[in-house]
Amino acid sequence: MNTKSSFGVAQIILFLSIAILVVVVAFPVLLILFNAFWVEDHFNFSGAIEILKEPETFKALINSLIIAGMSTIGSTIVGTFFAWLVTRTDMPHKRFMKSMFLVPFMLPSFIGAMAWKMLLSPNAGFINRFFMDNLGFDGPIFNLYSYYGISAVEVMYLFPFVFIQVCGALERMDPTLEESARISGAGLFTITRKITIPLVLPSILSGALLIMLYSMAHFGTVAVLGIENGIYNIPVLIYERIHQSGGSFESIRTGTVLATVLVISAACIIWAQRKILGSGHYQIIGGKSFRPMELKLRGLKYPLMFFCFAYIAFTIVLPTVVIFLVGGLSTYGLSFTPENLSLDNFKFILFEYDVTRDAIFNSVTLGLTAAIITMFAGVMISYVIVKMDVKGKGILEFLGMLPFSVPGSVIALGVILAWSGQFGINLYNTVWIILVAYIARYMAFSLKANSAALEQVHDSLVEASRACGATMWQSLKDIVLPLVKPGMFAAFFLIFLPSLRELTVSIMLYAPTTRTIGVAIYTLNEDGETVISCALAAIALIIIIVGQTVINHFTKKESE
Amino acid sequence: MAGFVRLIGVTKRFGDVTAVNNLNYEIGKGECFSMLGPSGCGKTTTLRMVAGFEDLTEGEVWVGDQLFSSPAKNHYTPPEKRNFGMVFQAFAVWPHLSVYENVAFPLRIRKLSESEIDQRTMDALKATNLVAAKDQSPDYLSGGGKQRVALARALAINPDVMLLDEPLSSLDPHLREEMRFEIKDLQMKYGFSIIYVTHDQSEAMALSDRILVMKLGVVQQIDTPLNIYNNPANKFVFSFIGLSNFLAVNQDGSSAQLPGGVALPAGVTVPDRLAGESVVSWASRPSEIDFLPADDPTGLHGVVNRKAFLGEIIDYQIQVGEQTLRVQKGRRDPGPEPGENCALRFLRPFWYKEDE
Ligand SMILES: Nc1ncnc2c1ncn2[C@@H]1O[C@H](COP(=O)(O)OP(=O)(O)OP(=O)(O)O)[C@@H](O)[C@H]1O
Ligand SMILES: [Mg+2]
Repeated sequence: MNTKSSFGVAQIILFLSIAILVVVVAFPVLLILFNAFWVEDHFNFSGAIEILKEPETFKALINSLIIAGMSTIGSTIVGTFFAWLVTRTDMPHKRFMKSMFLVPFMLPSFIGAMAWKMLLSPNAGFINRFFMDNLGFDGPIFNLYSYYGISAVEVMYLFPFVFIQVCGALERMDPTLEESARISGAGLFTITRKITIPLVLPSILSGALLIMLYSMAHFGTVAVLGIENGIYNIPVLIYERIHQSGGSFESIRTGTVLATVLVISAACIIWAQRKILGSGHYQIIGGKSFRPMELKLRGLKYPLMFFCFAYIAFTIVLPTVVIFLVGGLSTYGLSFTPENLSLDNFKFILFEYDVTRDAIFNSVTLGLTAAIITMFAGVMISYVIVKMDVKGKGILEFLGMLPFSVPGSVIALGVILAWSGQFGINLYNTVWIILVAYIARYMAFSLKANSAALEQVHDSLVEASRACGATMWQSLKDIVLPLVKPGMFAAFFLIFLPSLRELTVSIMLYAPTTRTIGVAIYTLNEDGETVISCALAAIALIIIIVGQTVINHFTKKESE
Repeated sequence: MAGFVRLIGVTKRFGDVTAVNNLNYEIGKGECFSMLGPSGCGKTTTLRMVAGFEDLTEGEVWVGDQLFSSPAKNHYTPPEKRNFGMVFQAFAVWPHLSVYENVAFPLRIRKLSESEIDQRTMDALKATNLVAAKDQSPDYLSGGGKQRVALARALAINPDVMLLDEPLSSLDPHLREEMRFEIKDLQMKYGFSIIYVTHDQSEAMALSDRILVMKLGVVQQIDTPLNIYNNPANKFVFSFIGLSNFLAVNQDGSSAQLPGGVALPAGVTVPDRLAGESVVSWASRPSEIDFLPADDPTGLHGVVNRKAFLGEIIDYQIQVGEQTLRVQKGRRDPGPEPGENCALRFLRPFWYKEDE
């Protein structure tokens, strides 16, 4: 073997990988920390604390915690309950429901928030109006513009994180663990409480922490629903400060301090999650076993089934239908009668209106470019981390964890600091700055998909090909690449589809000509162009659902 | 022994598959009863029907004078009300509870007083040598340790019937033998009945008072280990217990010969009950065959293919016409060498239908 040349290649790959992660993620984050604590040439910790104590920032901090806390608790209860229902009971139509409960993964929560605003806003929401006009209620039945309202909408879109984790754990769990409790004399309720739930607790907690991480840093829902009652969280405040002040020193500094809070809480959450998954994970996976025990719901069977269908209809179908219907109205406020509904809005936004046409073009090109770049970068970095044995890999492993723990609004602020000219390159107000931010934001997805695929490839495959006389490059090309293709494929779609509806990052970075679909929907809605914004949201939903169906189709084929 | 656990016409169908077909047996108080059979023959399904985890398609399960399952009478007692002890193949000890709490769990469910819980838990832990490990998480125990926890947990309620589904098959061989004796000792001490599922015939022989041999959901034989070994009811049971040889013998009217034109030895005849069969099976155990002088007309003639020295015994492979058979002799017996002709005498031959 020619160790000399492969040594060189390995070093180059390692260096490239480190460089990518440093430029794209580490440097922006460091700039945030630097700006937060480094004032007028010296370290200033108390200054940062002072900023957090200002009433507005303090309020944002508390609101973030309240909303994240309530959403996490709500989603955990909802997700665990549904997971238990579809895996452990004899409820009819379980499989169909399981797939429906995963649908909110695809739906952008800010579009959901817009739908709920139309349905439940205190004075104009369709449901509230219906109750007030027809059933004689004095006031709105539910005030959406509250902590409860915002958290409830977040729960609808975040609970699948717990649901999917707990479903997985329950399905893999050895059923004899529960059966031995049953033969010990415990009834099904006791078993669920004392055996099943404690055993899947690590999965529940890890899903809950993931939700905490997301909802702390979530921009869309709070921005859409909080504005009327002045409820804002950290990402919303960062956005407002940066936007209103046009990037003044004070607003940047407030932004960086708030972003630092997000980074620290994210780091704590990721740390706690690793700890739970690492140490508390019981060996509960069964060997050969029967179908898991099913709780006979008896009298509750049909009530619970109807409850699930009602939940699906109310939280998934209804908002989606509202978006499509409002998107077809000629003027917002008209009733949904055939003469008021048409496809004109859709034609208008696709073919005539340059704001929406540009937005669709921008999102698609940005998504494609970001997906391709991130896919290749991710494969290279994962290859070094999973497969290569070179000096200095530890740094890369550490850097590789960063993308998982940096929330979107932090990334946006970081790229503003890094790419606005202070370091020689000014991308501000161009699409390029959004591209850089997308790459940073979605690197985690790519690393995850690719390292999962690479871990399946056994080292000896490469060694065997090298032993046959192939060079490192040849073995990469002929042996490894075909094997990692599924991972790259998955990474591409995991990035492309979400980027089509991205809001948190784009909203901080857009300029009048560089709106993305998410930004266009959001700003049109803010400007009162409700029907246009809904029509665009409907088109986004169609693209996402079609895209997801195509992937599901392909991945199913792949796994067969 | 009076029947304590009684299975009457127990049948289980999964769709078109009949996993268990019309099973009838009774188990006495304090008896150790094994169900033996190859993979997929319905042992686990039967045990789970006794435990109450599986509904019966037909039949009844009784314990003492209590009816537990009967689809015809629309009666079903759920597992938690049956007061059985049960040990599963994969141990199924709960990793989030300490060894002590694992064992105390069934007692806590029964809402016994704290002092009684403690006393009975400690008794069960003592009986299974687990006192030293009582505060540990069972995750840190070895396979044998985990299985002891599962046994202790099943013992704690002092059950009348203990159900064991391949409890030792996740353990390594020497531990398996050790645990066999521990189970037997515990039974002596506590006096419960055992229904023991296994596909390991030596395990069944060592433990059981009676063995049930099953094939594709149908009972083949129920008897004591000795009788099962000495008088296998059919070819399947013969082959499942111990080492076995089968020689096909073709019958044509009154004459019988082995394929390849080998005649039956003088004095050997096919029993009358098999007279109508065109092919019958001549069964023997490798250890119950003697070598005669090569020209002895009362022996079956063959050629030694292979001779392997296995320590205490020597294993021969003999070619008889188109068929081969194994012979095992003690190492002190100087038998023929490979390539030599030989004649064989069968000490205890059995004759079966070919397709049983
Ligand atoms: N829930 C089920 N649904 C459909 N078929 C089943 C089910 N449970 C068992 N069977 C079938 O019933 C038959 C008997 O299975 P069972 O598990 O009782 O066999 P076993 O004797 O315990 O085998 P092993 O030694 O492998 O444990 C098998 O053919 C199996 O495929
Ligand atoms: Mg079995």
